[in-house]
Amino acid sequence: MDGGKRGGLRLIHLLLLLPFVAMLWLPFYNKRLPDLDGIPFFYWYQILWVALTATILYVVYVAEGRE
Amino acid sequence: MMKSFDPVAFGVFIALFLLVTVLGFFAARWRKGDLTQLSEWGLGGRRFGSVVTWFLLGGDLYTAYTFVAVPALMFGAGAVGFFAVPYAAIAYVFMFIAFPRLWSVARAKGYVTGADFVRGRFGSRSLALAVALTGIVATMPYIALQLVGMEVVLAGLGIHGEWPLIIAFVILAAYTYASGLRAPAMIAVVKDVLIYATVIAAVIVIPGELGGYAKIFAAVPAKSLILSADPFNNPGQFSYASLALGSALALFLYPHAATGVMSASSRHVVKRNAVALPAYSLVLGLVALLGFMALAAGVKAMPQYADGFKTFGNNYAVPALFLEMFPGWFVGVAFAAIAIGALVPAAIMSIACANLFTRNIYREFFRPECSPREESQVAKIVSLVVKLGALIFILEGQSKTAIELQLLGGIWIIQTLPSLMLGLYTRWLHHRALLIGWMAGMLAGTWMAAQSGFKASVYVLHFAGMTIPCYAALSSLVLNIAVSVVLSLLFNAFLAQRMDATAAEDYA
Repeated sequence: MDGGKRGGLRLIHLLLLLPFVAMLWLPFYNKRLPDLDGIPFFYWYQILWVALTATILYVVYVAEGRE
Repeated sequence: MMKSFDPVAFGVFIALFLLVTVLGFFAARWRKGDLTQLSEWGLGGRRFGSVVTWFLLGGDLYTAYTFVAVPALMFGAGAVGFFAVPYAAIAYVFMFIAFPRLWSVARAKGYVTGADFVRGRFGSRSLALAVALTGIVATMPYIALQLVGMEVVLAGLGIHGEWPLIIAFVILAAYTYASGLRAPAMIAVVKDVLIYATVIAAVIVIPGELGGYAKIFAAVPAKSLILSADPFNNPGQFSYASLALGSALALFLYPHAATGVMSASSRHVVKRNAVALPAYSLVLGLVALLGFMALAAGVKAMPQYADGFKTFGNNYAVPALFLEMFPGWFVGVAFAAIAIGALVPAAIMSIACANLFTRNIYREFFRPECSPREESQVAKIVSLVVKLGALIFILEGQSKTAIELQLLGGIWIIQTLPSLMLGLYTRWLHHRALLIGWMAGMLAGTWMAAQSGFKASVYVLHFAGMTIPCYAALSSLVLNIAVSVVLSLLFNAFLAQRMDATAAEDYA
């Protein structure tokens, strides 16, 4: 999304929508099972998505740099 | 019975506090710049690389109050308190997309504040004033809350009375005055190391002592372990998602976040930090679970913590848990982490307020011809005044009011989104429409919060026969944007546009 000369919005940027869908649509994860070592799904799913969000941002950052 | 005074915990605490005090004053010489320039004092000369920015923003956004209040909310209300985690992930997507543009235009045009950008982009003094005032008013209670966080851990150490708080703040004020943004940047490194050490120790040691995570979650009342199955319940799924999204949108509009972004040395530093900052959000997720560990440990029922809970409510859950689970010396480390975690954001927030006042009120309306030296001097003095105000507020026993004002602050600051964030992409929106939209959002949001007596930030909307509980910041922002767009259609057709001081290439 740099605008101007450097590419602007590209297909790879669609990845940035994933965290919104994954974390704002509660029916995906508002449940107890499957649990992880006693931690209900609700909690470990969201913590996992923090890491996935960072991963997605990294992928987009690297892809942008290749232009 | 009072929690007894532990000399070992106190000794470790004081030693760490002294260390950061020395660092704070020493910071003035670090990457030495001419501190009589506002961009040097108030932005560290825009020279912070990826690593320093990571510590600075991490220290800035994850405050002492966060580490006390998020687990406190989990302790009292259960799953709903966990919205801080998706909030702290989504916010970085916004940071990644929009804020490199802010960095670029600020660098190209010498902007020090978000309101500087609005002034240049839309050519409107009144719109920039609205943005600056919103920033200052939303940030001041936030500074006061850092003091609340510090008060809680001091009480946990068995230290009471006003003097410790006053001494800590005088020291903070002195080195912020002397070193500007360099001081919190340097101290943030110590703070973050201590926080990481504390949290890692906590999630290893405490579940072991409590018999594992299954036992910990078993202590949470079944009905608040996850959210209600009915999405429109309050609190429930809809309010959870709206709190996460609204808070994420608001985060980088806060002046202290903008200050952190603008002090970076390049737009790539901003992007890289959006990638790396979620590491703190992982920690935040673990910190949130401390609330449940405090439930499982049963600290509320223990007589030695009764006084603390009586004075600070659930905010005492984490200190009580640490006192119960950690040996004395590590209690000192953990409490120092929280207290130093109060100093860093308090310093950055007061610098951000000072930058706003100096640039967008003092120079804009009173002393347009003031020299850079005078500008920097005024900012230094304002940073003192702002901190003094927060201190008096808390010493007067207004902690409750500060919490309510901070809740309103989130609703207020988001109203600057159309000017600041949408303004980074388009200037189609008319400055007058933006001002009226801002006003509509401020009034509607404040009114919604007032309906709960400023206790809750979720307001139940009645819409097409449905009742939808929604974070007031988000619903008032929708109104703000709608008003801004509709009136822009009208004003763009009939009124003249102002000069745009920025060009498309300034954003790249």
